Amino acid sequence: MADVTPALRPRPQRLWRIVSEPLIRQNPVTVQILGICSALAVTTQLATALTMAAALTAVVVMAAGIISLIRHHIPNSIRLIVQIVIIAALVGVIDQLLRAFLPDISRRLSVFVSLITTNCIVMGHTESFARRNPPLPAMADALGSGLGYSLVLVTIGALRELFGSGTLMGQPVLPTVEQGGWFEPLSLMLLAPSAFFMLGLLVWAVRSWRPEQAEPLDFAPPLRAEEVLR
Amino acid sequence: MNDLGALFMRAALAENMPLTFFLGLCTFLALSRRPGTALGLGVAMIVVLGVATPLNHIVYRALLAPGAWAWAGLREVDLSYLSLLVFIGIIAALVQLLEMLMDRFMPGLHAAFGVFLPLLAIQCAIIAGSLFMVERRYNLAESAVFGLGAGAGFALAVVMLAAIRTRLAYADLPAGLRGLGMTFILAGLMSLGFSAFAQLVVLS
Repeated sequence: MADVTPALRPRPQRLWRIVSEPLIRQNPVTVQILGICSALAVTTQLATALTMAAALTAVVVMAAGIISLIRHHIPNSIRLIVQIVIIAALVGVIDQLLRAFLPDISRRLSVFVSLITTNCIVMGHTESFARRNPPLPAMADALGSGLGYSLVLVTIGALRELFGSGTLMGQPVLPTVEQGGWFEPLSLMLLAPSAFFMLGLLVWAVRSWRPEQAEPLDFAPPLRAEEVLR
Repeated sequence: MNDLGALFMRAALAENMPLTFFLGLCTFLALSRRPGTALGLGVAMIVVLGVATPLNHIVYRALLAPGAWAWAGLREVDLSYLSLLVFIGIIAALVQLLEMLMDRFMPGLHAAFGVFLPLLAIQCAIIAGSLFMVERRYNLAESAVFGLGAGAGFALAVVMLAAIRTRLAYADLPAGLRGLGMTFILAGLMSLGFSAFAQLVVLS
């Protein structure tokens, strides 16, 4: 979500910058705290995480494109309602598509596909970027955020499925004890708390790698003993 | 009656919205820095969930459910694919209405937690309350109790998280873990604790 409005005539490298920015430096989940709800709930398996990531990316790109196309015709006072209606309609389409073609995964995702509507990533991008920019940069910006979100989802989904049941995409990777192997599945990885732990640790890892993302202290810490004595 | 009590406990503790279903996490994390704001958010959640869930139940039964138009001779009509759009519209309108009513009749209360009301119009926990109500086929009384219970559970969790974060404000954390990272780990620990309630409700 860049604050600067890029020039009206988009150049390829500028588009690439808009797309690549949210992957790690401005990642929607770990830096901007957007769209966390679904990032945790659907990551017990890699397949559901991938489906969810693809659905969200499709919705956010299409919503950004549509809203950007009609941005001169939306009255400012009712823009939130217009945006919500467009997003909800797109989510409805995706939900019906998933039900028709991937009924099994759709059942496992339960209400979380519908909840893409209220995902702050989608609203955040239509509200802050798409309604002020032409369609191409708007869609590039949305695509970048969708991919940043997908990156987090796929990482957590892969780790939780690998350690929770020893499989990836349903294919056995680590041979479990039940099948005569050595790996004892960590069933905690499939439960709610581990999703919080994984995301917390992921945030910690990213911020140790890029210290500029660390948050400032809320309060100045009290002086340490050695500083007082010095 | 006993069933309704059990449903309330289940919605508030065993199926706590933020800690077991990860719903409403954005506000849960963003507004849990101070216990005061957390309490305001919690009360607003109880009110909106407690009103929106039964209201959406009435609308769903009257207009959207399969066969709802049978009285007009349209037996085949099934508008349930529209429910998401309708629920969002109703919740947004309800939040707006509540804000106006509170501004008029309870200005003190409005000043205390009015700032959180507009946020709740697109809060996933509230919409999920209505979606679960449809998915689990609750009746009117059950959906009211479910809404209130889910709101109470959210309020409990957010106030507890805010209290823990206030205690940790002076803690000397590694720089990368400060703020968001630590909040996730705290939420994970609370979620671990809340998972014990699953047993409690089964026993009662």
